Amino acid sequence: MASGNVLHVLYNDDDILMKAVKELRSKHYRIIEVYTPFPVHGLDKAMGLPHTRLAICSFIYGLIGLSVATLMMNFIMIEDWPRNIGGKPSFSYLQNMPAFVPIMFELTVFFAAHLMVITFYMRSRIWPFKKAENPDVRTTDDHFLIEVDAADHDLDTLSKFLYDTGASEISLIHNEEHA
Amino acid sequence: MVLGLIGLVFGFLSVPSTVEEASEILASHEEHHSSGEEASHEEANFVDEVRQEHGYSEHAMAQDKDLGHDAHEDGEHMEHVLHQMQAKPWSAAFVAAFFFMMIALGTLVFYAIQTAAQAGWSPVLFRVMEGITNYLLPGSVIVLLIVIFAGEHFYPWQNHELVAEDSILQEKSGYLNFPFWLIRGIIYIIGWNLYRHFARKNSLAMDDAEDLKPYKNLFKYSVYFLAFFIVTESTMAWDWFMSMTPHWYSTLFAWYIFASIIVSAVTVIAIVTVSLKAIGKLDFVNDSHLHDLAKFMFGFSVFWTYLWFGQFMLIWYANIPEEVTYFILRIQEYNPIFFGMIIINFVFPIVILMNSDFKRVSWFVVIAGVIILVGHYIDIFLLVMPSTVGPYWSFGITEFAALLFFLGLFILMVGMGLAKVSLRPKNNPFLVESEHFHY
Repeated sequence: MASGNVLHVLYNDDDILMKAVKELRSKHYRIIEVYTPFPVHGLDKAMGLPHTRLAICSFIYGLIGLSVATLMMNFIMIEDWPRNIGGKPSFSYLQNMPAFVPIMFELTVFFAAHLMVITFYMRSRIWPFKKAENPDVRTTDDHFLIEVDAADHDLDTLSKFLYDTGASEISLIHNEEHA
Repeated sequence: MVLGLIGLVFGFLSVPSTVEEASEILASHEEHHSSGEEASHEEANFVDEVRQEHGYSEHAMAQDKDLGHDAHEDGEHMEHVLHQMQAKPWSAAFVAAFFFMMIALGTLVFYAIQTAAQAGWSPVLFRVMEGITNYLLPGSVIVLLIVIFAGEHFYPWQNHELVAEDSILQEKSGYLNFPFWLIRGIIYIIGWNLYRHFARKNSLAMDDAEDLKPYKNLFKYSVYFLAFFIVTESTMAWDWFMSMTPHWYSTLFAWYIFASIIVSAVTVIAIVTVSLKAIGKLDFVNDSHLHDLAKFMFGFSVFWTYLWFGQFMLIWYANIPEEVTYFILRIQEYNPIFFGMIIINFVFPIVILMNSDFKRVSWFVVIAGVIILVGHYIDIFLLVMPSTVGPYWSFGITEFAALLFFLGLFILMVGMGLAKVSLRPKNNPFLVESEHFHY
């Protein structure tokens, strides 16, 4: 994390927050992180975060799920123990395929959803019993917080600028152990 | 306005060319009358021969298509074949007429959903949607006339001799009888067109309104219309499509037709929007709106596949003769387009529209849209043709002319609808949100 001081800037409206983020970036101040009580639409773009690659992951997971379902049903229902269900062809996967479509679909969704959530947790470094990282509990209620890297900026001009963007509260945090 | 003119000119250009072709429809109709009897003799034998190899399907199809008639008795079979051939031009006209009518109808439904849901993203597209629904009045009247005058060509239950011999049809005659059926058809199109009329009126009134009264009216009408539509759409699907094979039924059927309707409609909205934007008439529509339309195209394509497969799999699995005829006929006689349609309507949209960035590229959406529309034309073709003409189908001049004729009429009416007023709505409470819509 930042080597110098960090400013915790609090806002109480998401529109003001969005505007502030844009202004901060246009002045080339470095935003370390933004904490919000709910997902703010367009905030990732305003912060200049790179596009999420979770969609690609989910596509790959889906394909894995589809393959698992196909291989599994092929082994269970065709190779290992062909069963005659309602006179359906039981020695060919392709001819019996419509019966397996629901399973293929469900496992595709299952794999995509679960692996995607797990990936998201791992990528966000969240695991059970982890201590919360948010610097101010009010960000879980109705406040929005921007962590601005104070670096070697002049603190007075910076905080004046921040108040001008609509900040409701600014606190200077000296370099601590940021998790 | 300019597009309206282009639409008009184009519409007029394509209508005359098809009026000639329309007379050819009649000519070919006559030809079928005269030549049908000699020509089909060989064919019929051939079909019988092929069917002999599939004892099951033969039995099943005999039950379905001939409705109790003995198919092997030459005279009656020939009569049946002739009947199917006579039904062909009717079916061709119906497929094309319904295809374009359902686009207008689906757009109306989509519009009603947007207003009833108070959607924030779509008001900039309302004029486009209203323009497309301009086709609903002529389109629905033509469709109703076709189904009325096609009569026995489409609907075996209207044949009294047949019903007299058929206990199943007798039991259904409480619902499937001509007067009630006719009244239902008239109620449908009156209801739909009334909503279209009042929606358009209130939407235009909103432009000059001081208060929110027109908006509230529009909201109210939309809610009523959606309730009305979901009932009438189901019965419409039963009346106009499912009763072509009156012994066969499927509870999913109405939903499945609805999926086709809505996906085609959203696709046409997207295509019209892109083309209007391309000539600079819709500067206030940004690529996020297009993105949302493309998402709907993608989503409803998958929805259609889901319902199509839901219907197919249950019937395939149960394999009950009176149900499975529907698919045996389509798979045996229409094999390439039957499976081709699934690829076009499912695999293509999945592959093309999966990527989020592609949904913002207008030419990409147009290409995907055209493919989807072709796929859903085939879908309607497969709903009607196997039930009416059986194995004697083709895609020839009649079908193509009908398609062109209704396409011309569609473009003409949509162009007129778009040209009349400014494409930019005013005073909709969600307009500002819609204009700033970004994804």
